[in-house]
Amino acid sequence: MKAIVNVFLKNGVLDSQGKAVQHALSGHGFGTVSDVRVGKQIIIEMDESNVESAKAKVAQMCEDLLANTVIEDYAIEIQA
Amino acid sequence: MKTKVGIIQFPGTNCEYDTQNAFAALGCETQILWHKEDTIPDGTDLLVVAGGFSYGDYLRSGAIAKMSPIMKAVKAFADNGGKVLGICNGFQVLTECGLLPGALKRNEGLHFISRHHHLKVLTNNNTFLKKCAVNDIVNIPIAHHDGNFYIDSEGLSDLYVNDQVLLQYTDEVGNLSNPNGSVDSIAGICNITKNVFGLMPHPERAMESLLGSNDGRRMLEGFLSA
Repeated sequence: MKAIVNVFLKNGVLDSQGKAVQHALSGHGFGTVSDVRVGKQIIIEMDESNVESAKAKVAQMCEDLLANTVIEDYAIEIQA
Repeated sequence: MKTKVGIIQFPGTNCEYDTQNAFAALGCETQILWHKEDTIPDGTDLLVVAGGFSYGDYLRSGAIAKMSPIMKAVKAFADNGGKVLGICNGFQVLTECGLLPGALKRNEGLHFISRHHHLKVLTNNNTFLKKCAVNDIVNIPIAHHDGNFYIDSEGLSDLYVNDQVLLQYTDEVGNLSNPNGSVDSIAGICNITKNVFGLMPHPERAMESLLGSNDGRRMLEGFLSA
């Protein structure tokens, strides 16, 4: 089973990397770009057969280590 | 009696010997504590989580270090009233493990910054800065990529109410000058019980006038036993 975790800065927390990428894109003729956010994706292979159990474990991993919930949100997708 | 200082060392820590040298120069007994240790030596007066790049700063600065065996002992030591000082990466580790509030984000300008910076002392009502005067301006090196202190507005207001904001980045006459985007130009804070301290600047690198500043001395001297 595979877990895909996306971690992004929370809304309201300035994403300096996203802003820099946005300015670069705008400066290169992509004038329709109105916002860019940069995050990270963590892909985890697990020996699990139960989706709910896998999701609960990955959520705990996010709370303990993968995300800093003071500044970041996370989203978990489980692929069988 | 000599003050006994334990200095935490993770893989990737690189300021442990500067820190040891600084406290030894102040007459302290010092000991480097490898992160796989799970106890703090008896009689330790101060634990310093030294600067550097623990675990290569992979994932986030200070994130993987908080999982090391010694951090449980550091937390127990702090919960028991023991004094803990986190410098630079050490500050990041202490916020990651919840001993200090807030978080350290990538510098707003995205660059690594390495230079001397002036700081203003906001309070001396704590062990760390008791040898400094309020509104003292000190000249201390900074060297970081992730020094952009963030805390939400409620947390920020609590810090001020409880006298936990220790230091702000300023120019040489004390006007705010923000190098990295930190909320309210904050360079250092402490916990509510005033036994855990964290700052991004490096007082251990400001011990000799010959090397640019000795203002770090009167900061670290606060930890010496009376």
